[in-house]
Amino acid sequence: MSEVLASFLSRSSAWGAALTIAAFGLGTLLQRRTGKAWCSPLLLGSLLVMAILAVSGLPYTDFKASASPVSYLLLPATVSLAIPLYEKRNLLRENAAAILAGILAGVLVSLGSIAALSLAMDLERAQAVTLLPKSVTTAIGMDVASALGGMPSLAGAVIVLTGIMGSLTAPWVCETLRITDPIAKGVGIGTASHAIGTAKALELGETEGAMSGLAIAVAGVLTAALAPVFAGLLN
Amino acid sequence: MKWVFQFGRILTVCFLGETLAALLPLPIPASVYGLVLMLAALKLGVIRLEQVQDAGRFLVAILPVLFLPAAVGVMDLHAELTAMLLPCLLAVVPVTVLVMGAAGLVTQWVRRTQKGGAGHE
Repeated sequence: MSEVLASFLSRSSAWGAALTIAAFGLGTLLQRRTGKAWCSPLLLGSLLVMAILAVSGLPYTDFKASASPVSYLLLPATVSLAIPLYEKRNLLRENAAAILAGILAGVLVSLGSIAALSLAMDLERAQAVTLLPKSVTTAIGMDVASALGGMPSLAGAVIVLTGIMGSLTAPWVCETLRITDPIAKGVGIGTASHAIGTAKALELGETEGAMSGLAIAVAGVLTAALAPVFAGLLN
Repeated sequence: MKWVFQFGRILTVCFLGETLAALLPLPIPASVYGLVLMLAALKLGVIRLEQVQDAGRFLVAILPVLFLPAAVGVMDLHAELTAMLLPCLLAVVPVTVLVMGAAGLVTQWVRRTQKGGAGHE
């Protein structure tokens, strides 16, 4: 029975995308019911799909293939982050120095603390460079990790977890550190937690979302440029 | 049809981004080239805002859903993750908070300094 189902599903082009949306929808419902910030639809939905796959024994690769129409939209959606940014272009121009300084500070803290962590914990070089680009968008981060001799798939997983962590902690971090300026909030969220954090920033406000989207691109490029320098410090 | 053409324009920019990523020997992905190209096209008036705005806003709004399949992929890497659980945990939890705080506080501080401490937001 389960083999019949598995072979049917591996040929179905709809169930993966449908399950993705259903799981996200259920996560949204739970968040609304509980009102808890940590009930992120992305986190709850992912855990739900993981549980369904684990219980049914369906391989992740089948789900991934069937959900590929959803993942396909990632590229046009990331490119579309230019649109809210363009709408806020005056803010960007007037605050270019502050925004760039903030993103650079974030990138240096990220690379520096991962390098320090690696030295303190005596990690192997391959492990350390895998963690190095963990705050930037998956595509850049995985490329950087593999170019430096790390493990790109593990880098991808750590990057996704970082994004979820950023989106969960963003309101708390901003409140605790008294980051009240919407531009600063967006820069912080986007620099620390790329596009997944940006989705949260967009919920906080248009300015936050636009600045967070900008930070994805700038932090990504700065990390690609500076990661080899920090990798050189490791041994 | 309006939505289809808007989506078509966005996809065209994506394709140009992919082309740049393939041609230039830098570790920069198509999405970042695409984002910069889209911003430049809007700024130069090659594309007008209303020619991409509705489809673009829709795509940005559904962004969190689009990460779900990749997030589920973490389950296939549980062996690698448990092998270096503590470093991964430290990298994901405290470092993310530190980076967010540093980037946010520096931005806020520079903005306030530039204004010469004249009031607040």
